[in-house]
Amino acid sequence: MATLLELKGVSMAFGGLTCVDALDMHVDEGEIVSVIGPNGAGKTTLFNLVTGVYEPTAGDIVFAGESIKGLTPHKITQRGIARTFQTLRLFLNMSVRENVMAAAYGHTKAGVFRSMLRTPGMRREEREIRALAEKRLAFFGERLMGYRWDQPAYSLSYANRRRLEIARATATNPRLLLLDEPAAGMNPKETQEITELISQLREEGGYTILVIEHDMHVVEGISDRVVALDHGVKIAEGTFEQVATSPRVVEAYLGTGAMERK
Amino acid sequence: MSEAQGPRIGEDEWVARSGENIERHRLLRLADRVPGWARLLLFVAAVAAIPLITDDGYINVVVFDTLIFCLLAIGLNVVVGWGGLLDLGYIAFFGVGAYTYAILSSEQFGLHVSSFAVLAISVVVGALLGLLVGLPSWRLSGDYLAIVTLFVYQIFISLATNGNDLFGFDLTGGVNGIANLDPFDLFGRELVVAKQGIFNSNYVYLALGIFVVVFVALYLVNHSRIGRAWRALREDELAAELMGMPTDWLKLLAFAFGAAVAALTGSLFASLKVGVFPETFSLTLLITVYAMLILGGVGSQTGAVLGAVVVYVFLEALRDPDVSGWVFYVTILLALLLVVRPRWMVAGVLAATVAFGFVVHAIAGAIDETWTTSAGPDADSVTRFLDAWVVIPATPGDARAIAYIGLIALVLFCTTVKGVWRWLALVPTLYLAAFVWENIMSADPDVTRFVLLGALLVSVMVIRPSGILGERRVEIV
Repeated sequence: MATLLELKGVSMAFGGLTCVDALDMHVDEGEIVSVIGPNGAGKTTLFNLVTGVYEPTAGDIVFAGESIKGLTPHKITQRGIARTFQTLRLFLNMSVRENVMAAAYGHTKAGVFRSMLRTPGMRREEREIRALAEKRLAFFGERLMGYRWDQPAYSLSYANRRRLEIARATATNPRLLLLDEPAAGMNPKETQEITELISQLREEGGYTILVIEHDMHVVEGISDRVVALDHGVKIAEGTFEQVATSPRVVEAYLGTGAMERK
Repeated sequence: MSEAQGPRIGEDEWVARSGENIERHRLLRLADRVPGWARLLLFVAAVAAIPLITDDGYINVVVFDTLIFCLLAIGLNVVVGWGGLLDLGYIAFFGVGAYTYAILSSEQFGLHVSSFAVLAISVVVGALLGLLVGLPSWRLSGDYLAIVTLFVYQIFISLATNGNDLFGFDLTGGVNGIANLDPFDLFGRELVVAKQGIFNSNYVYLALGIFVVVFVALYLVNHSRIGRAWRALREDELAAELMGMPTDWLKLLAFAFGAAVAALTGSLFASLKVGVFPETFSLTLLITVYAMLILGGVGSQTGAVLGAVVVYVFLEALRDPDVSGWVFYVTILLALLLVVRPRWMVAGVLAATVAFGFVVHAIAGAIDETWTTSAGPDADSVTRFLDAWVVIPATPGDARAIAYIGLIALVLFCTTVKGVWRWLALVPTLYLAAFVWENIMSADPDVTRFVLLGALLVSVMVIRPSGILGERRVEIV
């Protein structure tokens, strides 16, 4: 499989604090890779680096064969990387459908003058955006259907907001989807649903997925490969079993001596 | 709902009902049930009818100026309402448009460019300046952006005021401005401002035409991917950027749109006026336009128009002391009806205030006859009642200042005490308000109308915090 995303010795330092330290990792086309690690390990910073929120202080990020280092976030999104947020960042006062439609901006074209004149091309594009949004929302079955489309996003429940964030991210037509703790704050049944959904996203949407998750049941259920971070350094990589039994991972989560006492 | 059944999809009550609630809310707002184009048509028909009904020059100028303010408000709405960018330099663009017209259509440089060409030039100049002024928005947001744009406004004022000697070159005519502007020429037909003392109502139709074009154009832009992106930008800039929207460009675009509309409006405004002077573009004007937008509902284009009409007509009506008196007393009455619970207490408070007034009037009259005035026999009943009720000293002197301060103190007292004390305090407060009105405020309409505008804003904001037609917005949930 071809490598879709590759990080080459990527470092990120805020003043004297190094959050990500010479990280090498890669994600292959069609893979689901999980990133785990204790709080403050640098997982979300990793996402921010890949999506261009931060520019790495060292190293290079290559997406689909081209360096994306130093590009603005919207350019990176237009190249095919979309993400969700750990702390939800929906457009709360816009309707559910509009949230998803807005994300189609990057791959649509109608400018100011065509909008003012309502040219046939602009109207067709607008219909396509609407159809795309409805298709993306329909992916979540009845959860985000029908009457909810015209409701403001703030009226949604927490779990539905997480689903809407995923729908919005997929509306940018990405190749790589970054999910930041998709199961956070969900009940066991919803977590189960999300686990199935992530596999479904790959099968039906054809997305390559990089996911940060704390819930080990989810990680076990979805991952082709797991990468463990601690203090910005990759401490383990491999299948879920390999990583879960790695002494360094256990140490990072439970502290030194945890293995001996057991 | 028991766990065994599992969650019943789509039946959680609050969400299911929210649609219903919105619907019920809409029933109360008749405006929402009329389609947008019909509302616009209604507005256009109403405005277009005014010059047909009356050829009173004053009324027609007020209609023209109201349309100018409508344009300013919908332009500001693009930047502030849709883009979410606090732009305090907005009036500078209005000024730039007015000066563009003045420079291109007067003897200042001997230029007499065709008026529609001037409008086009204004739009381009305004949009380019908007792009330039929008640049700080890449790095600044909120209050910081507001301060920087306020400086842009100051730069404009300084340039306009000192523009009679820009390195020895007279661009703006300085404090005296540029006078004797050409009238608007409509494809070679000059719209002479006044024909034999009668206002040329074609100006109203010209302004109305431009208003409709701008309104529809902005509406169409808002209902496109650009408008959606603006709203997304206002909601969450980082999320918008990460969802593929070029936020820096969108901010500039919002600034450019607002500035272009303001500059176009400025040119149109200048075409009717004798001249263009720096002091026209005062901070008061900026605040008035903001007041219109906030009153109508930030983010709502219809609201902006409504706010502009309400505020401007309100301000103009208050120039006449007879009208302003009515507005004052009716406002107080409405405020009482809205605030006082139970409602029957309003009658009690009013009766007590009337009785209190007669007692005070009688005592004051008994002590010194010059403290009260009596209306002539030909005065109407309201005036006679007021003169028999409110103490109006022939030589008020310090009493006015004391009463003003006393009124403020009493109002504050009313807001701090509770229960029966509040009712008791309300009676002298109302009476003192009438005293202050009759002795000070009605005599000085230029100040009073802004005080009353403030009162109107406060009352509307209490009842509808997001403006008359503004959508309720949720910040953090």
